[in-house]
Amino acid sequence: MSTMMQTQASGGLFGFLDRNRTIAKPGFSRWMVPPAALCVHLCIGQAYAFSVFNLPMTRLIGITQSAPGDWKLTELGWIFSIGIFFLGTSAAVFGRWVEEGGPRRAMFTAALCWAGGFFVSAIGAYIHNLWIIYLGYGVLGGCGLGIGYISPVSTLIKWFPDRPGMATGMAIMGFGGGAFIASPLSVYLMSIFRTAHHVGVAPTFVVMGAIYLVFMMVGAFIVRVPAPGWKPEGYTPPEVAQKLITKNDVFVYDALKTPQFWLIWWILCLNVTAGIGVLGQASAMSQEMFPGKVTAIAAAGFVGLMSLFNMLGRFFWASTSDYIGRKNTYFVFMVLGFALYCTVPYTGAVGSVEGFVLCFLVIITMYGGGFATVPAYLKDMFGTRYVGAIHGWLITAWSMAGIFGPVLVNYIREYNITHGVPKAQAYNVTMYIMAGLLVIGFICNLLVKAVHHRFHMKPEHDAELAQAEVAAAGEPAGA
Amino acid sequence: MQDASQQTGTTALQLVLAWGFVGVPLALGVLQTLINSMKLFQ
Repeated sequence: MSTMMQTQASGGLFGFLDRNRTIAKPGFSRWMVPPAALCVHLCIGQAYAFSVFNLPMTRLIGITQSAPGDWKLTELGWIFSIGIFFLGTSAAVFGRWVEEGGPRRAMFTAALCWAGGFFVSAIGAYIHNLWIIYLGYGVLGGCGLGIGYISPVSTLIKWFPDRPGMATGMAIMGFGGGAFIASPLSVYLMSIFRTAHHVGVAPTFVVMGAIYLVFMMVGAFIVRVPAPGWKPEGYTPPEVAQKLITKNDVFVYDALKTPQFWLIWWILCLNVTAGIGVLGQASAMSQEMFPGKVTAIAAAGFVGLMSLFNMLGRFFWASTSDYIGRKNTYFVFMVLGFALYCTVPYTGAVGSVEGFVLCFLVIITMYGGGFATVPAYLKDMFGTRYVGAIHGWLITAWSMAGIFGPVLVNYIREYNITHGVPKAQAYNVTMYIMAGLLVIGFICNLLVKAVHHRFHMKPEHDAELAQAEVAAAGEPAGA
Repeated sequence: MQDASQQTGTTALQLVLAWGFVGVPLALGVLQTLINSMKLFQ
């Protein structure tokens, strides 16, 4: 399929999408690439804010309140779940196509899928057919999420060989920040389009789809890949090979055969499981652990603050990893996370809201940091050639954690409450289980060693790639 | 081999526009979130 799509796009109408048409001319600043990546990630980060449509979509018929025939929240919850499922699936399936076709083609495709998902969903909301929304936002939008998420990763790593963590951290920070733009924008648009006859969801979808299409196309237009042999000013690659930073490349499907890939998969899965569970339950947890002290409004403020620290943690930890190393960064996540999860029940016991908030704000920076540091970890292990495609496969860990995290928190809380545990203490066991998960993550991280040389791409394959790149560099269009 | 020191193609204006294009909406969103988050301390 990927060959077919490449053939279709390799000339004529879509020729401007080709990788060789995006090779930067001399004089192009690499600092233009992070905004290009942010154009995509800020848009697809809307996924975190999709819940703002849930309540209005339960009143599409009744307008002011749910009427017979209106959709239920449980039915609407599947839209996000399908989207996240297709995020992981498409990132894995199309990862190699994204890597070989270049960032512009990937961003262009992601823009069409993501905006298309909104347009199709608008039809679904207009004619009140939930299956069309599942297909639109869930399947089509989910593919846009997956392709868009991995599209700038390897390009950023190639432009910033001196600071790969910082570069990918900036883009993935955008994914965390997308909700900050989408949430107020969605509410504002629905308030404009709301009438006595409809709640304004369908036209909001259309406008948001159009905005995202333009925004992402700007990113696709300005993105460039570096010319072969390019290096940043003053940068000299380390002469002595570092133990955990390879100079070789590993082919995407060979990477999946290495223990290192699966160890990092589990590290990400466990780190995300620990964070995602509390992120989803932060509001209820803060109110139940501190009854009378934390109101619903204050809890909403706490959730907003957590989202902000989630975003900032992506940039902070990924940048820090450039100095202390990827493995050490994950050691910090596991050790500090363990200590903080064990401290949370104590803050509840002594009634320290400040201590509780502080613990979770630090935890949530490491949740975001886990996402943002992992592309550079993969680059260190498997080289830059297929890092985007390998990252695509790794994202399945996120999909898995998205199921496990909330289930762990919700079911253990329910079990405790039905067995007579006071609500204020119902989360204690969960916190200790999360701490336990991080111990397993610590062991996985400890076991990560350099990839065996038998997995490295052969020199003749490298020569072919280099030849192809040089040939492609002969005709930079700089479009 | 090209070196960044010899390159002058991208102008400062292009950089400002590109970063402003993504930075301004993000900053507005962050500001809005911060204002809402202050309710935690009231």
